[in-house]
Parts: sequence; C-alpha cells; structure tokens
Amino acid sequence: MQVGTGKSILNGIAIGKLKLYHAPKYEISEAEIEDIESETARFEQAIQKAIDQQNVLYEKALETAGEDSAAIFEVHGMMLEDEDLQDAVRDIISGQKKTAEYAVREAFDEQAEVFAQMDDAYMKERSADVRDIKQAVLDVLFGVDPDSMQGSEPAILVAEDLAPSETVRLDKSLLLGMITREGSSNSHTAILARSMNLPAIIQCKEIDDSWEGHLGIIDGYHSKVYVDPDEKLLAELTAKMQEDEKKRLLLQELKGQENVTKDGTKIKIYANIGGPSDLGMVQENDAGGVGLFRSEFVYLNSKDYPSEEAQFAAYRQAVETLAPKQVVIRTCDIGADKMVEYMDLGDEDNPALGFRAIRIGLSRKDFFKTQLRALLRASAFGNLAIMFPMIISKWELEEAKKLLEECREELVKEGVAVGEYQVGIMIETPAAVLCADELAQICDFFSIGTNDLTQYTLAIDRQNAKLEPFLDTHHPAVLKAIQMTVEAGHRHGIWVGICGELGADMTLTETFLRMGVDELSVNPKSILPIRKVVRELDLGSGS
Amino acid sequence: MKEFQYTINDENGIHARPAGILVKEIKGFESSFTVWKGDKSCDMKKLMKLMGMGIKKGDTITVKVEGPDEEAAAEAAQKAFESNF
Repeated sequence: MQVGTGKSILNGIAIGKLKLYHAPKYEISEAEIEDIESETARFEQAIQKAIDQQNVLYEKALETAGEDSAAIFEVHGMMLEDEDLQDAVRDIISGQKKTAEYAVREAFDEQAEVFAQMDDAYMKERSADVRDIKQAVLDVLFGVDPDSMQGSEPAILVAEDLAPSETVRLDKSLLLGMITREGSSNSHTAILARSMNLPAIIQCKEIDDSWEGHLGIIDGYHSKVYVDPDEKLLAELTAKMQEDEKKRLLLQELKGQENVTKDGTKIKIYANIGGPSDLGMVQENDAGGVGLFRSEFVYLNSKDYPSEEAQFAAYRQAVETLAPKQVVIRTCDIGADKMVEYMDLGDEDNPALGFRAIRIGLSRKDFFKTQLRALLRASAFGNLAIMFPMIISKWELEEAKKLLEECREELVKEGVAVGEYQVGIMIETPAAVLCADELAQICDFFSIGTNDLTQYTLAIDRQNAKLEPFLDTHHPAVLKAIQMTVEAGHRHGIWVGICGELGADMTLTETFLRMGVDELSVNPKSILPIRKVVRELDLGSGS
Repeated sequence: MKEFQYTINDENGIHARPAGILVKEIKGFESSFTVWKGDKSCDMKKLMKLMGMGIKKGDTITVKVEGPDEEAAAEAAQKAFESNF
C-alpha cells in the first residue's frame, strides 16, 4: 500500500480505479526544416482547427455550465485569432526555419510571459489561458485526441493539473474523484470538484505513473490518498463512504423544501457568514438568505482603513450573487475581542463594556460613512438590509439613520444608483430589550445576538473558563429577554430574528417557534438539520 | 483624423472578453485605430496588445481613428467602449 498526502477540497471519500490523465509526451524537434511553405500550411490548418474546437467547447459549456463558465472559451477563440500572435509563429517558421510545433511553443510562451509579468492579478491569470490554447494547437499538430485520454470506465483521475478546457471535456459521469500534483484551492480542478461535490486532493507530490489501473482511495477528511489499500482500510472507508451517501441523500431531500412544521407554522432559516468566500456554502445549503454578514473581515484583513471601493466590491458580490434573497450586512463591529492596530483604539480596562461597534461608528463619523456609502451602493444590486450592532438607546439609532440618509443624499447627488433596503438593529444588550418598543418604531427588523445578550444579561464573560459552572446558556432570563423582544417587535409590525449561537441550538428550535421568532440565522451547515427538526415538529398538539 | 477620450468604468479594466468583442466590432473598418494611455499606445485591432496595455478602472484613454471611413469608425468604437467598459 502507498500513501499520498495533499490538500483536500472537500470532505468525502472516493474509491475506484486510478486513471492517469495526461497527454502523451511528445518531443518538439529543434532541427532546421526545408519546406517552409508546407510547414506554414500545417500551422494554418492547425490554428483553424483549434479555433473551431474552442467554439465547440464554448457551445458545450454554454449548455452544461452556463454563460459565465463558457465565456472563457470564447476568449480563447479570440486569442487564437490574434494576428500578432499568429504572425509571430509564421515569422519563426520562415525566419528561423523551425517546425510549426517549435514556433507555436516559442511564440505562445513569449506571450504568456508578457501577461505573467504584468502587475495586475487578473492579467497574470491570462498567462494560464495562453498556455491552455498553446496546448490546444500542439494537440492538433501532434494528432492527439484529447477526448480519448479519460478512458471509458468510471475512475479517479490522476493528473498534473487540469486546464479549463480539460475540465469541460471530461465526461462527468465517469468521474469518481480527482488527484492532482499542482493546483490551488481556486484552480479549475478545485472549482469542478466543489461544483460536482467530488472528493479531490490537490498538491499531492507522490503521484506516480505506476498508479495507472491500481485501486485507489481518496480520504478527503484526512487529506490522504491510498493506492492498493489493505483490506481493513478498504472496508473501513467503504463503510464511511456509504454512511456519507446516506446522510447526503437525507439532507438532499430537504433541499428546496419549506421550513414549515406539521401544523403549518413557518420560519425563515438564513445563514451567518464572515465574507464573500462563504457564499458558496450559503447556496449549497439552501439558505433562505443571509441573516448576518459580519463585515469585520474587511477591517481585520486589511493593514489600513479599507477603501469604499474595496468594501463596495465585497458587499456587492454578496448581494448580487444571492439576489433576490435578502442579505443582512452588519456594520463594523470592531472593538472588545476584535481589535485592529491601525484604528488605534487604545487599551481599556473593560473592553467588553467599552469603545466598540456603533460607538466607534458614531464617534468617528467619516470612518463610518465610508462603510455606509459602500453599503448603499451595493443596495442597487440586490436585496440588502443594513444592521447596526450594540444599540442601547433610541438616539443612537436615530443618529446612525441620519448618517445613512446623508450618505444616500450625497450618492444621489453624485448620480450613483442606490436601491431599496431595510434598516435594522442587533438586540444584544438588556437595555435594547427593555427599550424594544421604542426602537421597533423606527426600524424594519430586530436580530437578537444571543452571545452578547447572554454575556450582558448574566454578567458572565464568555471567554472565562472559570465561570463555566455559572453559565447556563438556556438561562430563563435570556429566554425571557428573547420573548420580550419578539413581542415588542410584533406589536409594531416588524420581523424578529435570532443570529447568535442559540439560533442553531436544536433543543430550542421548538421554543423559538412557539415564541413566534420569524427567522433563525445560523452557520450554513446547520440549515438543513434545523429544517429537518422544524418539519418534524407539530406545535398544534403541544400546548 | 477623429479622436475621442474615454474613462474606464468597468471594475476589471479592459479585460479579456469585452476586449475581444471590441476588436471584433472595429475590425471591419478600413481606418486604423490607435489607443493611448499616457505615453503608451497600441493598435486597437490587436487583442493581445490591447490586453497587454493593462488599462484599469479610472484610467482615461485616448483613441485616434484615421482612414477613409473614420467618421463611422470612431462612432462605432465609442459606442463599443460605452457598452462594454
């Protein structure tokens, strides 16, 4: 048995025959040629055929993967049609008297290098496209049929790396998993694996030609590859794979289903996310929207104040990707346990009760307005809701709304599009619970942050392990506070959700439903399991 | 000769696909097209060269069109910029 290690793209197990996927190695002759005319003619034919192939791939991808994924092949076709690039090949053939293969390699590599040297990340990536189309022309010149490389039986593919054209060409019904030597988490291999829910290991250095045809296992949980596994391991991982499959089918059945109890009570289940990179998880787990988008990542991942443009790009991506679903973005919640150096917030004796969240926003208005402008601009691209954290008084909400309105007027004056949006607040202090009636009259929704609400209601520091015996997460005072908030919100006709950790506590799902909570926002992985609990409940028979 | 200026609005600048569309749309004209960014310039009918200019959002470029059909050519180019970038 051989063992390989690498980086796992998704948790899962694949078992099957290993199939090496690589183009046959061909030698490019550097010798001088005699007949320039016929060599040039070979090139003309090959480039035309390669262009035609890109168009076929474009049509194929359009059908199976949509316009966005297909566009790359249209671009490849256009690049192949570039006159300068073609002339460079012709010049090498006639000027240096080299073969068409040699000329293609030299000219395309030079163009790839031009892009690789650019200081723009997007353009750098285009060098991979140039190499991909070079391969397409060389395949034609050498008479390689790329469709025959995959074999005709289901297998785990083993490759150096997969180019976009290859991931489209692959017959997906024969694909059990993928192992590549190269690739990053954003490579085409990884994207394909995620979109098809296929176990894949990238950056596996142990890959060897001798693996061809042997039995292999991908253990995505432990980022391992086994070749010729022993019987015990095979039995163990086969059982694990079957168990996964059962779970997957069960949850799959829940996708697209409503969050409704047997007696017809409905609740929205949204996702909590920490940045645009979590959007895939939101969609995979069939969230009804995003109930808490923590905007801290734009501050924590930055060495200096993040610009309006950078923030706008992130917010827009989330709102646009999920439209028409609602995305609730919480404004900056820096302070207390989340500090950033450049903000120079200073040391405090009691940071949890200190200068944080909305208190910073209302004290440093220019800083806050940068975020508000970015949010308002994003509102034009989908269904946005803006949420202010740590509100304790009505005037704070009024002041924050005033700043928001100022920003909106500025943008309108500048001719920038602003869409519709809701404005709401986090309920995470006992003060907010007790003032909920007043607050509900001037906002569109409440979202209860149970982590801070518990800490402030019970006067217990949640980071302090010594206090664990005193911490009752289901403390009646906390549950009472939640109930009071829901009732106050409903008295004034606004919706009330829960976005703290208690929202995902399935022993409380029934309690929350009975209280009339409108929305639970939880980590994406909890969405389908909670939906299952909701669908099995019958509130009619209880009380 | 016709000349116009344009400021790029697109987040990604002049990127691959719209650049390809632009080249396709102006190829049919007899006139020559030169695009200038600062003191750098290139033939706008050449896709790879155009991409290689690294034109970004916020950059203002100058396009010069010269030839027998320059009137219509400049108009088509300007339209292509407006709808793609």
